[in-house]
Amino acid sequence: MYVAVKGGERAIDNAHKLLADARRGDRDVPEVSLDQIDNQLALAVDRVMSEGSLYDRELASLAIKQARGDLIEAIFLLRAYRTTLPRFGASEPLDTGAMDIRRRVSATFKDLPGGQVLGPTFDYTHRLLDHTLAEQSDVEEPATAPAEAGRFKSVAELLAGGGLIEDDDPPAGDVGDLTREPLSFPAKRDLRLQNLARGDEGFLLALGYSTQRGFGRTHPFAGEIRYGEVEVEFFAEDAGFAVPLGSIAVTECQMVNQFTGSANRAPCFTRGYGLVFGQSERKAMAMALVDRALRARELGEETGAPAQDEEFVLSHSDNVQATGFVEHLKLPHYVDFQSELGLLRKLQAEFHARDAHTETPIQDAAE
Amino acid sequence: MSAPVYNFAYLDEQTKRMIRRAILKAIAIPGYQVPFASREMPMPYGWGTGGVQITASILGPDDKLKVIDQGSDDTTNAVSIRKFFVKTAGVETTTKTNEATVIQTRHRIPEQALTEDQVLVYQVPIPEPLRFLEPRETETRRMHALSEYGLMHVKLYEDIARHGHIATTYAYPVEVGGRYVMDPSPIPKFDNPKLSDSPALQLFGAGREKRIYAIPPYTHVKSLDFEDHPFEPYRHDAQCELCGAMNSYLDEVITDDAGSRMFVCSDTDFCEDRRAAGHHGPQGGPAAAATKEESAHG
Ligand SMILES: [Zn+2]
Repeated sequence: MYVAVKGGERAIDNAHKLLADARRGDRDVPEVSLDQIDNQLALAVDRVMSEGSLYDRELASLAIKQARGDLIEAIFLLRAYRTTLPRFGASEPLDTGAMDIRRRVSATFKDLPGGQVLGPTFDYTHRLLDHTLAEQSDVEEPATAPAEAGRFKSVAELLAGGGLIEDDDPPAGDVGDLTREPLSFPAKRDLRLQNLARGDEGFLLALGYSTQRGFGRTHPFAGEIRYGEVEVEFFAEDAGFAVPLGSIAVTECQMVNQFTGSANRAPCFTRGYGLVFGQSERKAMAMALVDRALRARELGEETGAPAQDEEFVLSHSDNVQATGFVEHLKLPHYVDFQSELGLLRKLQAEFHARDAHTETPIQDAAE
Repeated sequence: MSAPVYNFAYLDEQTKRMIRRAILKAIAIPGYQVPFASREMPMPYGWGTGGVQITASILGPDDKLKVIDQGSDDTTNAVSIRKFFVKTAGVETTTKTNEATVIQTRHRIPEQALTEDQVLVYQVPIPEPLRFLEPRETETRRMHALSEYGLMHVKLYEDIARHGHIATTYAYPVEVGGRYVMDPSPIPKFDNPKLSDSPALQLFGAGREKRIYAIPPYTHVKSLDFEDHPFEPYRHDAQCELCGAMNSYLDEVITDDAGSRMFVCSDTDFCEDRRAAGHHGPQGGPAAAATKEESAHG
């Protein structure tokens, strides 16, 4: 005799215990520490902080550990935690010109004030598996040089003097926050940039790549990419001035894009902008490409490519939303499936009944 | 790193106020999708975050909560959501439809008629009834503003031309209070008649899409149709094998590898109540409250 299935609650509890067991794995292998994740998987931590929209290396490391290295799951954990935090306001705009630079490269000028600083990068390494890393490694101290004092203007700033590149004055008024107000279209650039900064690295990478292959070409040059520490300041109403809150590591990309001009604008270079927490040039560059592509309408350019379609890009960039909705197909849908089964049976019965009543001439075999 | 302390029903009071304002607006404009600043919840988007945020915003300490998915209190996600509120709000829960003050549901409306003292909260995946006809939000908002629903009627008409029937079996579009066309969430069209003139307040939450909408009590809700092709509620050519119900929505259960099947009520509370009252179907002994413990291997 069939009886209704019960016991979902116990099954769930047991599934969670099994998850904890799988997370820990072989008990003879030392457990990974948050410090180890933070130090030795630093770029994973950077990505989780960026797309999780929360700059906290310790919490991001915890999320990665809890998620068993599934970075989208870790991003989700960090986002869900972030929601519970009080929001005091927006910081003063970061002055990336005053960055304590660890890396800075320009693809548009051979040399420029401050110079090219290669920093810690995979670029120019040969991608050969390094078997010495399979064992405990003995790493020599890196070479150092005294930091150059002063503020390094970005390539975009250097170009701005000559009127060769569009102005980039921030609009007056408060910046938006799509985690506090639902996004509506058309969205202003502040919200677009916030969306892209939180957006999935892989999605932006593919979109940025598509513009290079002709789906909304933007003629980009990597004007400058810089990575390092910047100070965050917050305007304190009580004190009446901006107070430093600490410093964070960011990667900034300023794309310089060709613009042929329109009826009311002279030809000039235009900008695409990318900024992410930590070190991720791939994400910052992809973001800058997509930012510029999304400005097609504003600049009176032809539109129609996926990367230029604001609603398409901004509605699908968020991997926490995307993974939730894709994976929700795992949830039971048997009520709706039952309705579809019922309809299908009815339509098939009607089809065959109709078939039986009409005389179908025998088809020519050659047809 | 100390464990954070969460507010009653998880959301902070400011967020609840924001959501309540959206709910009030939704009640004032029946069937209209109100954008709201949906929060990132500790469960995935698409798994009921919209319904959870509504429930969290309307729940009080004296409420009694029922959570169902596919009509059942014991489906995994219903269990998970119920546990969430037990943990964060400490409210009493029930599986009895008539005892609950707030019922959160996915894909079903309980068989038993609801009352003025109850609120039914629906989890909604895609709130926009026009979405699969027009993917752009900018366009669909304009179409709603102008009551430009011709496209929807064309779609339903094309179904009739091709199949002789409207081929929409769930998430069947409705017109609310003579104005807005609304997606009733993916309930089977069997449930559509229960949407209309219900004494209970019906709230719909779409977390990922950041929309809330409502059907106030005693609002007329009409399933879209044509004069010569009136709306037909879905009928099963079967009865519940356990309780013998002839008029409830049924789940089809496959019972062996040969594809044998049987039908049982999707609304488990309804079915249990009937059996407790002495009704039984071909396979259900009277008061077959006996339940099988699922082998709990996760
Ligand atoms: Zn039954």
